[in-house]
Amino acid sequence: MATDTSVDLRTRLQNWLPKLVLAPSFALVLIFVYGFIVFTIYLSFTDSRMLPSYGLVGWENYSKLFRIREWDVAITNLAIFASLYIVICTVIGLLLAIFLDQKIRGEGVLRPIFLYPMALSFIVTGTAWKWFLDPGIGIENTMHLWGWESFEFNWIKDRNMAIYTIVIAAVWQTSGFVMAMFLAGLRGIDTEILKAAQMDGASNWQMYRRIIIPQLRPAFLSAFVILCHLAIKSYDLVIALTGGGPGNATAVPATFMYSYTFTRNQMGIGASSAVIMLMTIAAIMVPYLYAELREKK
Amino acid sequence: MAISSQDNAMRTGRATRVFIYVFLLVFALFYLLPFFIMVVNSVKPLGEITGGNMIALPEVWTIEPWLSAWSTAQIGVEPTGLRPYFWNSIKMVVPAVVICTIIGALNGYILTKWRFRGDTFIFGLMLFSCFIPFQIVLIPMARILGILDISGTTSGLVLVHVVYGIGFSTLYFRNYYAAFPTELVRAAQIDGAGFFQIFYRILLPSSGPIAVVCVIWLFTNIWNDFLFGASFASGGAAPMTVALNNLVNSSTGVREYNVHFAGAIMAALPTLLVYIVAGRYFVRGLMAGSVKG
Repeated sequence: MATDTSVDLRTRLQNWLPKLVLAPSFALVLIFVYGFIVFTIYLSFTDSRMLPSYGLVGWENYSKLFRIREWDVAITNLAIFASLYIVICTVIGLLLAIFLDQKIRGEGVLRPIFLYPMALSFIVTGTAWKWFLDPGIGIENTMHLWGWESFEFNWIKDRNMAIYTIVIAAVWQTSGFVMAMFLAGLRGIDTEILKAAQMDGASNWQMYRRIIIPQLRPAFLSAFVILCHLAIKSYDLVIALTGGGPGNATAVPATFMYSYTFTRNQMGIGASSAVIMLMTIAAIMVPYLYAELREKK
Repeated sequence: MAISSQDNAMRTGRATRVFIYVFLLVFALFYLLPFFIMVVNSVKPLGEITGGNMIALPEVWTIEPWLSAWSTAQIGVEPTGLRPYFWNSIKMVVPAVVICTIIGALNGYILTKWRFRGDTFIFGLMLFSCFIPFQIVLIPMARILGILDISGTTSGLVLVHVVYGIGFSTLYFRNYYAAFPTELVRAAQIDGAGFFQIFYRILLPSSGPIAVVCVIWLFTNIWNDFLFGASFASGGAAPMTVALNNLVNSSTGVREYNVHFAGAIMAALPTLLVYIVAGRYFVRGLMAGSVKG
């Protein structure tokens, strides 16, 4: 009887052990992710300024937020940046992958060259491009020295164009990675179908348009989700490249949130802007993750 | 059209082929140019940069900018160079990566081999935590670090990176262990092996590849992080990325571009090195981050 209970205890412990080991991570995630989200949402309904305070003010922060001109600029910038960034990265990534898949000599050399920017910090990328784009010393100056006197490229100093310089640097950083995703997709396509299509006399263009590109659907989806997520979170690159300037011409929600929360002492408004960012990402990620997890079952 | 080619590459004419090569080479140049320019200009005297051509090789080679960036450049108020911040980053990255990888391996093992009610839901919660914009946790995190009395320290940053790295490390190990034959685990269980024994003896020995992927991913992510560093550890405990940004954006004095570039390369070197040494894994790691390749 005594041994029975000890065996019983041991098996019960064994059954509990996995849950016990998982528990700390689960607790951390629950508190540091979901607890914090709830806390920030709560703060977004309070009159917090420099420090969190707990006087509820209802939707006031949100209505203020949408009346602030800088938030308008930030949202517009994010829309411009995200759409250009996603489209250009996808197009370049797909073209590079298709071309690289044509039995190219030197693929082993080219692929790492296309990819290495992904290993760099956005701060490093920003430092490099900031200087490269600086009209006094970068590309514009070089063109002048080479004799092309009328060459002009001062987007980074131009309120209306500065946001596009961020697109250039961001595309430089991630398009190679998108290429790798498409390349993996291309290499996974069943060659039998392609051979059959070739037999039927399909042209290259037809093969890609009708057979290969439709089969890359999962790669497109993954690329889209990742690029969206990177675009909405982008903070480092903007800080390093333009610092949000000139003026606040390149402000994005991420820089807006930071400056309102930590430097302008408008924590309530900062919190509400963070909530909007979370909602935007959740709208994209939740359905995607839900579909992924269901499929795996 | 001629048929019977063995591969699935396009059957292309000479002109198309030339076009493809030119296209690929132009992009290779586009990707290489910024880094090339940083390297070239980091070994030029400042005068050659401000008055000269950024693509030209230096007339006078000098390692002065590198020495300055490393040990004497003004970062914030102190002329310490980037050296202390480089070590800050190392002290932050190494423990965070090690802890995160161990936790991820255990979690992955549990979530694939010891399934219980609600495990997919728990995994879903962890997975979503990888993709939140970190702005949503900045304010409460600052409070908690203050309460724990580790705000503005490297240990604080380690905690932050561990917490937000668990999702990814769990994801990697879970997807990897999912393909591992569960029969082996069941057989060992019947033979009386316990929870940890199964992990050490059966799963761990074959976890090399995914551990490498996970370490590379965490290392690059944590090393390259700027937001957490800037929010929670400015001043003497700042990591390399924050120090570099301070160096480049300091408004006092002459802009020493060559020193900035040397500093930027220093900040890039550890992750570049990892990329060169384990490049193939790096790609795989990034791909695994996309949930489905």
